Formats: sequence, structure tokens, C-alpha cells
Amino acid sequence: MGFLDIDNATKSYGSVEVLHKVDISVQEGEFLVLVGPSGCGKSTLLNMIAGLEDITSGEIRIKDAVMNGVHPSNRNIAMVFQSYALYPNMTVGQNITFGLEMHGVPKPERDKAMADVAKLLQIELLLERKPGQLSGGQRQRVAMGRALVRNPDVFLFDEPLSNLDAKLRVDMRTEIKKLHQNLGTTIVYVTHDQIEAMTLSTRIAVMNGGYVQQLGTPKEIYDTPANLFVATFMGSPSMNLIDANVRVDGNAVYADTHDDKGGEISLAFFEPSAGLKSYEGQAVTLGIRPESLTDVEGADQRSTHVEQVKNTVTVTEPAGSDTFVTTTIGGAECVGRMRADADVAAGRETTFAINMEKAVVFDPKTEARIL
Amino acid sequence: MAVSSTDTAIRTGRVTRTLIYLVLVLFALFYLLPLYVMMVNSLKPLPEITGGGMMSLPQIWTIEPWLKAWSTAQIGVEPTGLRPYFWNSISMVVPAVAISTILGALNGYVLTKWRFRFDTILFGLMLFACFIPFQIVLIPMAAVLGFLGLAGSTAGLVLVHVVYGLGFSTLYFRNYYAVFPTELVRAAQIDGASFFQIFWRILLPSSGPIAVVCVIWQFTNIWNDFLFGASFASGEGAPMTVALNNLVQSSTGVKEYNVHFAGAILAALPTLLVYIVAGRYFVRGLMAGSVKG
Repeated sequence: MGFLDIDNATKSYGSVEVLHKVDISVQEGEFLVLVGPSGCGKSTLLNMIAGLEDITSGEIRIKDAVMNGVHPSNRNIAMVFQSYALYPNMTVGQNITFGLEMHGVPKPERDKAMADVAKLLQIELLLERKPGQLSGGQRQRVAMGRALVRNPDVFLFDEPLSNLDAKLRVDMRTEIKKLHQNLGTTIVYVTHDQIEAMTLSTRIAVMNGGYVQQLGTPKEIYDTPANLFVATFMGSPSMNLIDANVRVDGNAVYADTHDDKGGEISLAFFEPSAGLKSYEGQAVTLGIRPESLTDVEGADQRSTHVEQVKNTVTVTEPAGSDTFVTTTIGGAECVGRMRADADVAAGRETTFAINMEKAVVFDPKTEARIL
Repeated sequence: MAVSSTDTAIRTGRVTRTLIYLVLVLFALFYLLPLYVMMVNSLKPLPEITGGGMMSLPQIWTIEPWLKAWSTAQIGVEPTGLRPYFWNSISMVVPAVAISTILGALNGYVLTKWRFRFDTILFGLMLFACFIPFQIVLIPMAAVLGFLGLAGSTAGLVLVHVVYGLGFSTLYFRNYYAVFPTELVRAAQIDGASFFQIFWRILLPSSGPIAVVCVIWQFTNIWNDFLFGASFASGEGAPMTVALNNLVQSSTGVKEYNVHFAGAILAALPTLLVYIVAGRYFVRGLMAGSVKG
């Protein structure tokens, strides 16, 4: 039993099922991020938790109390909306205390709660202003203040940072994380930005097409993606997918592919599983993260399985902290992440170091991960 | 760059501009001519008008026709002037405008934020009220008023105008609220506000521009209505427009044109006032409803 239980929840509009048996149990103090592309059902799921949309079948429970059919205001939740949804006709102070007023909290208590929250979020000087007079970051704070003041069981965030400019977004991301660490609140957070998902969450649910593709810690999602969708959706630049053939030689298992001149490349797997061996002679999809395809000096020194491949660089993209290098392996365009000072230039041949400890393998038909 | 380009525009356009303004002023004067005729003739004694001096300024200035039109002119059987009828109109217009505006706002709120099956069809049907000619409903309406026991009363007229005004007020508010962010309503729901609390505390305070548009529109239409007033109110209960007609059309005695002019201006004054006070919001409100969507 978790703090917030989503138990086989489905959502249909008429005969169209848009969410299929979602099953997630959130513990108290967890920061769960629902991430996925537009139309994957993540916002619908959040609205179902909030009570803004009905649950077609299944159950949602908060603290073991069934929430199906309970009015949003009686679920002891608070929600921060993408547009902030501040009431334009009220001052910041009135915005923050409106929920308390509606719940019949007397004025002295309301004022005290407002003062506490304003202090926490450093918006004391803004309390008399109208939302129209605030900047994007300030509105964001007020929206969070409105959620915090009610001291809810569960916080729901619906893409709260997507209306901010890039720099402010990073700042607010850190603030949300700090807030979560300091207050230990339970948060369900919807975003389509995989970096937000990775940085903020204690657990991620990657969604696509109304299904939860994978539920796990950020590290699990990143290092051992359940399928090709999760592998390519999470991570930027996204994972390199290379067509390869499995070759078994005694205890060792190799992925055979070719370089850009048609020469054979044989990459030895680290700790190959029996499952992988059964794919002997078959075509698979080899997945390599950009940071595992790097220059020799930049390769992970603690990794025991680094393979070196000579290949031609097609494009270099210096990003300041790193240099992204494009090359062609096995017919697929691959992006490698090298040190900023790596000695590479477009059109020249260089030696790539592939960290096979981090390599993953997918079945091209089922798209599920084999290794 | 912007500065220099306006510079050139002014220099090259000076002659054209003068011409344009000249034409505009001429048109304005032409359109103001009826008002001029009404004003000057309402301020002169009757012999000056019957003597053929319609266009000239009064030789003797007098406000006697105004006083007479307001308080002593013969309307129907009693020499009461327009005053009681003016109050009839006020006591009909104010509740009718208020009720139709509030109900229109409520309709708009429900039709956009509490969607239900067939709501667009219902809205489409409500729009018929904007297009049905008045004459068609006279007899059924008379039957309904009789059935409700409201025939010949001001309350009956208020009902008629509310029913007729609802189409337009619903149209205005529905289109305005259609672009009003639904997230605000959802936030208020989570905050625990009820259906009416959301309406009073969140939506209505943000509806200023469209409310002004609606009030001006309804006020003008209801105040100027003659057909319903003449059909459903009789004698002492008649609104201003009907009384003015009775004043002007009276077949006995001398035609007091100066009094008629004064009465006509009196009858037009309230709508004029509403336009002057709230008119600048009118265009702004219409824009807010249409352009954003």
C-alpha cells in the first residue's frame, strides 16, 4: 500500500480507451514524474488524480481512501497549472488564500498561513500586486504558494516550467527540487522534458500511447531502458541505435557490424546473458549512449570493456563543455560525446572508444531490451 | 527608422490630409443637421416655427417647450407630460437589462465551462432569438402574458425584453468566456469554490468589457422599443416611446412642434448618455470577444 495508489486506472472517451490499466504506487515523500510525448495520456492521468476527469475503471486512492467520484476540493491535493491559472482579478495575497477561504478557514489563520508561505517563497513584497503585474518567474512562485498554503497530501504539477525562458526554467527547476527536499512532500509532476524528469524525480513513469512503458528510478530508466521507445525518448542527444549481428564464440559474445568503409567491427559484450546468447546469428539493435561513444582519453577509466574503433568524423558540434561528434557506424548515423578539447575535425579519421559495459541490446521485432 | 517614415508620411500627405479632414467635417455637419434642427426648434416659441423659420436660430430663446413636454403636455387623456412615462421606461429598462445580462453571463458560463451533451445545439437554438422578427411572437407572447397574469404590466414588459434579450447576451458572454482560460475554473474547483462562487468571484469580475457591450446593446434596444411597448402596455403603463408617439400623434388641438422636438430629445437622451459614458468600452469589448478567439 502506497501513499498514492493508482490501481489499474483506465480512461475512455466513448469507445476509445486513452489510458490502459495504469498501475503506479507512490510512497510518501516521493517525487514521481510522468513523462512522455504529447498525447501520451500523462496529463489525463494527472487530471484523474486531481479529480478533474472521471476514472473509467480502476481505482485511485490517497492514504488508502478511494478517491473515485470525490470532488477535487475534498481530495486534499493542490495543483500547479501550466499557465499558472492565477485569478486575474485578485491580488497575489487573495490568490494564495482563496482556497483557504473557500474551505472556511478564519481570516487570522489565513493571514498567518499566507505570511509563512510568502516568506518561504520570498514573495512578501508582491502580496498586494495583481498577477498581470508579475513576471513569469514571480507568477510561478505565486502558483506554488497557492498550492503550498493548503498543506496538501499530494502536489500535482502540470508542466509548470514550460512557459518560462530557458535560464529561468533551470533556476525554477532547482527551486522545486529544493522545496521537495526541504518539505518532504509527495509530488506527481507531468512534463514532456526528459531533462526535467531526470533531474527532479525520485521515480519516473515513461508513458506513450496510453501505456506506462517503464516505471523506475532515473538511473534505471537511463541505463536499462525497457524498450526502444524509452531508450530513444530519454537522453539528449538520444541513444545511438546500430544494427548488429550476434556472434557467439565460446563464452564471449560479440556484436558484429561494420564501419563507414565497410570494414568489419566486432564488439565484445560485457557479461553477456544467456538470453543474449540465444540470439546467436540473429540481427539485433545495439544501443550506445553518446557518452559511451567518445575519444580514447575521455573514455570511462574504470570501465573494463572499452572497444576502440577507427572511423571518419562527419560533423563536429562544439558545445563548450563537450564536443558532439557525428560518425557512421553500421549504416546508422551516431553521435558521440567527446571532451571539449578532443582533437577531431570533420572529414578526418579518429579513434572512437566504445564503453561496452553500458551497451544495451534490443530485439528489433518486439523492441524490448535483451541485455 | 519608424520616426523618419512617419515624418515622410506627414510631409507628403499634408494636402491629402487637409482634404480628408475637410470632407469628414462636412459629413459630420451634415449628420448633425437633424440634431441642430431639433435643438433650435425646441428652444423657440411656436409662432417662430409655424412662421417658416425652421432652420434659423430662435429670436426669443425659451425653455418653455421642454418644461411643457416634461410635465404638462397632453398625453392621452391626462396633461401629465412625459415624466411618468419616462419613469415607466426606467423601471422597465433597468431590471430588464440587469436580468438579461446576468442570465446571459450565466448561460455563457455554463455553455463554455460546464459543457454537456448537445450544448452547441442548444446554443444554436438560443441564437434564434436574435433573428426572429418581433411581429411573429406578438400573439403567442400576448397569450403567455395573459396566462401569467402579467398583461399590461411593467413586469410583463420586463419579461418580454429579458426573453428577447437573452439570445444576444448569451451570444456575447459565450464567445467571451470561450477564450477565458478553463484552467482558472479548474484551479478554483480544486480550491473548493462552488459553481456560483466560481461565477461570482472569478468569471464576473473579469467580464467588464463584455458586460459593458451587453448593457449598452440591451439598454439601447429596450429603451427604443416601440412595438412591444405599444402591444403589451397600455395607458398609464406605457413606456416613453409610446408616450412620445401619443404626444406627437394627438389629433386634437394645435400641433406644438417645439414641444414635440423637446419630447423627442428627452426620449433619446438616456441612450445618448449611456453611449457617452460607456461607449469607449463598446468597441474595446467587441474586440476582446472576437479577436482573441
